[in-house]
Amino acid sequence: MATTERNTELRAPSEPLPPGATPVSKKRGFWAWLNKRLPVDEFIADQLTGYYAPKNFNIWYFFGSLALLVLVIQLVTGIFLAMFYDPSAADAFNSVQRIMREVDWGWLIRYTHSTGASFFFIIVYLHMFRGILYGSYRQPRELLWLVGMLVYFALMAEAFMGYVLPWGNMSFWGAQVIVNIFGTVPVIGPGLVQWIRGDYGISGATLNRFFALHVAAVPLILLLLVMLHLVALRRTGSNNPDGIEIKERTGADGKPLDGIPFHPYYTVKDVVGVGVFFVIFALVIFYIPTVHGLFLESANFEPANYLSTPAEIHPVWYFTPYYAILRATPNKGMGALLLLLALVSLLLLPWLDRSPVKSMRYKGWISRVMLAVLVISFIGLGYLGLQPAEGVYVILARIFAIGYFAFFWLMPFYSRIDRVKPVPERVVYHAH
Amino acid sequence: MRLVTALLLSVVLCAGATRALAAGEASADADWQSWKANANDTDLASLQRGARDFVGYCLGCHSLKYERWSRLGQDLQIPTSLLTKDLIPPGEKPTGYITSPMLAADAEKWLGKAPPDLSLIARSRDPDYLYQYLKTFYVDSERATGANNLAFPQSAMPDIVAPLEGLKIPVYKTIEVAGAGGKMSQEQVFDHFKQIAPGSMTPQQFDQFVHDVVNFLDYVGDPDRAVRRAMGIWVVLFLLAFTWLAWLLKREFWKDVK
Repeated sequence: MATTERNTELRAPSEPLPPGATPVSKKRGFWAWLNKRLPVDEFIADQLTGYYAPKNFNIWYFFGSLALLVLVIQLVTGIFLAMFYDPSAADAFNSVQRIMREVDWGWLIRYTHSTGASFFFIIVYLHMFRGILYGSYRQPRELLWLVGMLVYFALMAEAFMGYVLPWGNMSFWGAQVIVNIFGTVPVIGPGLVQWIRGDYGISGATLNRFFALHVAAVPLILLLLVMLHLVALRRTGSNNPDGIEIKERTGADGKPLDGIPFHPYYTVKDVVGVGVFFVIFALVIFYIPTVHGLFLESANFEPANYLSTPAEIHPVWYFTPYYAILRATPNKGMGALLLLLALVSLLLLPWLDRSPVKSMRYKGWISRVMLAVLVISFIGLGYLGLQPAEGVYVILARIFAIGYFAFFWLMPFYSRIDRVKPVPERVVYHAH
Repeated sequence: MRLVTALLLSVVLCAGATRALAAGEASADADWQSWKANANDTDLASLQRGARDFVGYCLGCHSLKYERWSRLGQDLQIPTSLLTKDLIPPGEKPTGYITSPMLAADAEKWLGKAPPDLSLIARSRDPDYLYQYLKTFYVDSERATGANNLAFPQSAMPDIVAPLEGLKIPVYKTIEVAGAGGKMSQEQVFDHFKQIAPGSMTPQQFDQFVHDVVNFLDYVGDPDRAVRRAMGIWVVLFLLAFTWLAWLLKREFWKDVK
């Protein structure tokens, strides 16, 4: 079979090397020179051609590599933006307009960065949904899930501070609202808020530190966490839509029967995903970069003005589910606590799920209904967070908040009593 | 004789047109909130007229501080000679930004508020809103400027389009509304405008004028939009071709996977 032929070519020698010995590549010239000094071949063999992934990945498995791609896009466009951006309260807004109008290709770089931020969240939310759908957070991947959630939290911090930098009026007032949430922390609250802002209100001092954090500190943390996420993934191997451990069924060669080398199979497949992603990404950048105020809000085309509050203050769409929970709670401190709980619930997911099976494919109807409740609640809350907090909207937000929390906190009960289907021995795969 | 006939005929036709318009206007004014600007950044002639009218009627108070004269000339295909002769104020350079000669401190003294820079007004506000704003000024003797506005009540801006449009007053009608507890009360709502003095333009000409200015402001808000849209289609076509090739490659490799 061509598969195995291709694998053996670059596989590490079957006989273990004596300790301390360096594997010698059969290749000559520069490549051999390089490999004596840097384990390039070994890395490729270990991480790509010798890394076996389940062969039954479906469309949901594109979002991991796409998230990495968007991270790179954000880093590259961000570096170019930082060359022209001026992090001062007096000139931040002007410098963004200068980038948009006078820097060569500035509009493309800036729209790619602003669209990239929203796409990052779309992709991460789909990636997280995949994990919940197929039980990717379950044993032995709890740490993989935890690190992934930390990536998500770091991304939230990164996105929030990046949103403040253009110094538009919504940036300014959004920062005011979000930073004030920290004021609800008992005892140290007011001091904490002042410490974050570096001033008695959101000001140039805040802008300066947010710039430093946005371009240096948080990206470093993000990169470190993403690396940890990948290392942890390599240790346990990927889950799959059937929730079966492919490592438990190995062939005579010790390789998983249902696994295929990541490279070339998933690299060529992911390139197709990258192509589809770029088509959609380009359509947004070139034709609707503001997405009618959803990605770039109209109030942010006015400079920050502490004398003029926008009619409706709300964060960008990717934070609005949590913002809706905050606003739906009558007591501000309680609201902040629920917001925190909404995030912590995600972290605890591996220990809340008591189902004997991992994948939704083999879970019963209760789990399916609860997953639907989660999705509807999260999207519903996201929509309500963009609407004024009044009348029926508040009531709906409360109902959706209950739905959101019910998915997590009733899970220890419903996942245990839910009737599951038998899990097959091998993964379900139909060759195309 | 033919001349006299032609003149008579045109007078009759004009009168008829005005009457028809007046009859139609009464109902058309009431839904001013649904008026559309129909901004179109590919209509170069409209953008050029808009630029001319902006310089003539708006630049006295409002700047476009993010747009350079040279950029304007380049994008709207106005030759530099014409730009310097007709648009750029004396003493300003083509490479300079489009700024108003009015000092902010003076403006605050005279109008209570410095007129905003309009570079991004079509992005922070909708072009449709700008269109509605410029078309709903009316005479209001209680305001210091003598004018008020439906789209932006208590607007500090004087009715600078009055010489073109003429003067108009709002006519209200009384409607019955059900209040709390089912009690009926009477309320005054705007019905239509009544022209009390003619301007130098016909209603059609004025409508075109407002459309051109709003269209121009829409361009200034996002000057690269036309370039972006023209380029986007090629980018997307390239990416589609790339994706198709990638898919063929994937299919070839995955034939091995059983």
